[in-house]
Formats: sequence, C-alpha cells, structure tokens
Amino acid sequence: MLKFLSLRLTTSLIALAGVMVIVFFLARLTGSPATLYLPADASVEMMEAFNRQFGYDQPIPQQFAQFVGNVLRLDFGQSLYQQRPAAVAVLSAMPQTILLAAVAMALTLLAAIPLGTVAALHPHSVQDRLITLFSLLTASIPDFWFALVGVLVLSVNLGLLPTSGQASLLSWILPVATLMLHPVGVLTQVVRGAMLETLNAGYVQNARARGYSWKRLAFRHALRNAALPIITVAGDRAGGMVNGAVIVSAVFAWPGIGQVLVDAVYNRDFAVIQAGVFVVGIAVILLNFLVDLIYAAADPRIRIS
Amino acid sequence: MYLTQPIPASPASTGARIKAYFAQTRLSLLVRSPIALISALVLIALVLIAVIGAPLALETANFQSLRLRFFPPFSLEHGWIYVLGADGLGRSMLAQLIVGARTSFIVAGAAVGLAAVVGTSIGMISGFVGGWVDAALMRVSDIIVTVPSLLLALAVLFVLEPSIFNLVAVLAVSRLPIYLRVARAQTLELRERVFVEASRAIGATNLRIIWRDIRPLVLPTVMTVSMLELASVMLAAAGLSFLGVGLQRPDVDWGTIVSEGREYLTRAWWATVFPGMAIVITALAANFLSNWLRASGDPLQAGALAAATARQEDALK
Repeated sequence: MLKFLSLRLTTSLIALAGVMVIVFFLARLTGSPATLYLPADASVEMMEAFNRQFGYDQPIPQQFAQFVGNVLRLDFGQSLYQQRPAAVAVLSAMPQTILLAAVAMALTLLAAIPLGTVAALHPHSVQDRLITLFSLLTASIPDFWFALVGVLVLSVNLGLLPTSGQASLLSWILPVATLMLHPVGVLTQVVRGAMLETLNAGYVQNARARGYSWKRLAFRHALRNAALPIITVAGDRAGGMVNGAVIVSAVFAWPGIGQVLVDAVYNRDFAVIQAGVFVVGIAVILLNFLVDLIYAAADPRIRIS
Repeated sequence: MYLTQPIPASPASTGARIKAYFAQTRLSLLVRSPIALISALVLIALVLIAVIGAPLALETANFQSLRLRFFPPFSLEHGWIYVLGADGLGRSMLAQLIVGARTSFIVAGAAVGLAAVVGTSIGMISGFVGGWVDAALMRVSDIIVTVPSLLLALAVLFVLEPSIFNLVAVLAVSRLPIYLRVARAQTLELRERVFVEASRAIGATNLRIIWRDIRPLVLPTVMTVSMLELASVMLAAAGLSFLGVGLQRPDVDWGTIVSEGREYLTRAWWATVFPGMAIVITALAANFLSNWLRASGDPLQAGALAAATARQEDALK
C-alpha cells in the first residue's frame, strides 16, 4: 500500500515537473513572452522594460530556474484583464467548477451504473442494444452543439429553462447535462464490460445457484468486484470535465475555471492561461491521488500489498 | 534444411493462404452486418462529397447575398443549393457544409493518422526495448494525460497562430498516449512469443523484428482505436474551432460554422443545427464502424496471427 502510494506520488511529481516545463515553453514558443503578456499596442520601450523587469533578457537556464521559483510561489504575474494576480483569478474560480463537476460526476455514476448493469444482465438483448446505441450516440454528439440545441429547444422555443446564469436550480440542468454527455456513455460501457466479467465469475454463479435475487447478485457480489475499472474511468473523466467546463462557460456564461480561461483567450490574457494550465494540472494530479486512495478502500488486495 | 538449397515456391499453398486470409478479414464480415455496412457507405459518401464537392462548392459557399439573408431551409425557391437555407450573410448552408466537410475530414484524418503512426511507433519501441527508455516515454505520456486535452490545445493554440497545421499538430500530440499505451501493451506480450524468439535466433535486428513480427499484429488494434478516435478527434477539433482557437476564416470547418450560426441562434436555427448534425452523422458512422470492428476484432487478429505464424514457419523450414 505505502509502496504503491509512494510510487504514484513519484510519478505525480514527475508529471508535475513536466507540466511546469510545458507551461514554461508555452511562453517561449513565439520568442519573447512580452508579446504575450503585454497588450497588443504596447510600445517597444514597454516590452524592453518588461523583459528587464522579469529577467527575460537573461540566459534560458537562468530564466527557467527563476520561473520554477515563481511557479512554486504561485506567481504567474498579473492578469491584464482582471487586474489581480493570475493565480488568484484561477484559484478563486476553481470551487465553482469543482462543484459543477462533482454534481455532474455523481449523476453520471447514478445513470451509468444501473444502465451498464441492466445491459450486462441481459447481454445481446434489446435493452443491451438500446443502451449501446445510447452510448454510441453520446460519443457522437459535440457537447457545445448539444448545449446550443438544448438552449434552442428548452429555453428559446419551449421557455422551460433559463438560457444562462445560476439563479435557480433549473439553470443547472443544461450545464450539468452538457458536462455529463460524454462521460455517461463511456462509463455505461465500462460498467457493462466490467459487470459482464464479474457476473460470469465463479463466486457469482455460486451465489446464483444458491438462489439469491439478481439485485443482490448484481449489486452485492458483482458490482463491488467490478468497481476498480469503473473508478479508474470515472476519475479519468472527472479530470476531463475541465474540457466540458470550458464549453459550458462558453455557452451558458457559467462562472468557473472555464469562464476564466475563455475570457483569457478572448482578451489575450496570457498569464491566466499559464496559471490555468498549472493549477488544473495540479488538480488532476490530486484527483489521481484521490482515485488511488479510493482504490485502496475498494480493494483490500491493494491495502495489504 | 540447407541454406544452399533454394526454398521451393508453392503458389498453390500461397494462393490458398491468401484466400483463407481474405475469408477471415472483415470485408466479408462487413457485408453481413447491415449497420456496419451502412456506416461504412455513409463515411465513404461523405469523404467523396468532401473531395469532389468542396472545390465545386467553394465559390458558392463564399457567395453572399443580402436578399437571401436568413433564407429558411427546405425550400427550393432559389434552387437546390439553398435547400438547407442561408446564414446571416446570405451564404448557402449546403455549400458551406460541403466545404466544411473537407476541412473537418482533413483535420481529423491527419491528426488521427499522425497520432497513430507516431504513437504506435513509439509504443512498439518503448515496449520492445524496455528499461529506462520505456520508463521515460511512459512518463512523457503521463504528462500529456495530466493536462486536460482541451486546456492544453487552448493554451498552445493561443500562443501559435490558428492554422490547419497547428490544429492538427496539437490534436495529434494530445491523442498520442492512447496509441502509445495500446501498442506498448501488445508489444510487451508479443515480444515473449516464440516467433519473436525465432526471428532473433536467425539474427534479425530489433528494428526488423518490430517491423516484420510485431507491427502486423499490433496494426488491427491500432486500426480499431483509430476509427474510434476519428469521431472524438473530429468533435475535439470542432470544439476548438467553436471556441475560436481552431480554424478561422477563410478556413472553415463544421465547428466554425456552428460558432458563426450561434450568433443568430434565435433567428435562424438552421445555421447552428445543420453543421452540428453533419458532425453527429459522421461521428455516429465512425463510432458504429469502430464498435463493430471491436466486436469482430478477434477473427482478424486470429487471421493475422495465423498468417504471421505461417510466415515464421516458412522462414524456419
């Protein structure tokens, strides 16, 4: 267990170092970062002053060392658009996104586990085919288009839901549905596959022979043992929900990390983009660590080893 | 057997083997599965429309007409080219969709192809060589996975100019890890097989073993993954264009058209709905096909394995 966690921690630290290098070279891809950090109409003198102030006139290795120091102090510079430190702008938006993603992930699991289980209990039946069709359909619909059509039909034409904002519980429906769109299909198929395997295992067949109900079979015996792949993919998709959050904010003006990043792109606010990549990278690393802990909780073999 | 003796060619057995191989490939199976067949035909038709139709439709797609602003769909009043209506500048939706089809297919196809070739090569080398090379390559893959793909693409495309090449490169890099892992996992298993050992015994170099023995067996899985990826890469590319960091005029793909249509969503639903439907139809066809490829995956893999084993036996005779 400790060995497993420390191994994962080491790989996470390497990944973190990699993320730092990516963030550093992002600024270096087009020469001086001054063109990225300063407004488009900045004068040559302003650029030179900027380069001197932040040490961009020094050799690259020295710059990298300084950059690592800055990043570890969460200093990504000022956000041009928001007039506050970029790290603050990103961090203050994280809770909103985490809340939205948590709601979406909980509902995704609530939908995917029963659907996948039903499909696995009756393989190649009509239900199974319909559920597979549902999964393929969710994987084929662009989330931004799904969101727009949702607004068009439910908000504009039928007037059932608000088009944007967070005023009521109703306004959560479309953003959460948009965020769920891709994960729910994938997870349903993962649940189906994992359950198919465990339902055919000897101990489940034994329990069936003893006359237990299918509910008990599926949820007490099979699901617990099918949990590991489901947790892995759910964790993976939870990290990917940042992608969905960007789309949700672009369509519904939903506050959160997506909104901050989209604003940063439209206002050419580079410091925020950099801080965003770093903070989200850390968040995903933490999420992976959480998944490892859940792993250990779900599987005694990992706890003991 | 002696090396001085020429190996007798046996056309009959080779012919029979080729026949048996084709019987086991999915082409004969494809015909028997209606959904997969329809999906394949839809994809072929869309590619043909993109290749042949786009140059023809280009001029019409850029033709603006104030009189035709927000011309509603399903009316033949102004000819069949306006059957899907016109956008806010009076441009034919149908013509734009055809032009957008070409860009969407080029971007998705090139990104998937690039990621598949590079990812599979690295994965096979990584799995075959092992050691620190393998460890280092896997860490690089971990790093790519750590940063959400859309965020990475957003950040890189923010710094670089929006162009087809940059879009393809960013999408390809963010999709590398899948191929890397699939190819590596299969290689790890295959390198322990007897036929690899046999190749090594007759003095084949590592590169030759990877190319002649391992690549043919990894390829079917990679093809299935690629088909699955085609749909998701197409969605990802459209998403980036929708956010304004993918393609920009004069280059259009279906995502660009949706983002333009969105500006008058309440006024002209068709400018948003139709390009999205084009994406859904393409992605659905690709997903059906890949789902079927996965389900029918075993026969071909068995076939490929049989063919490879037969070749190795020939080499050893």
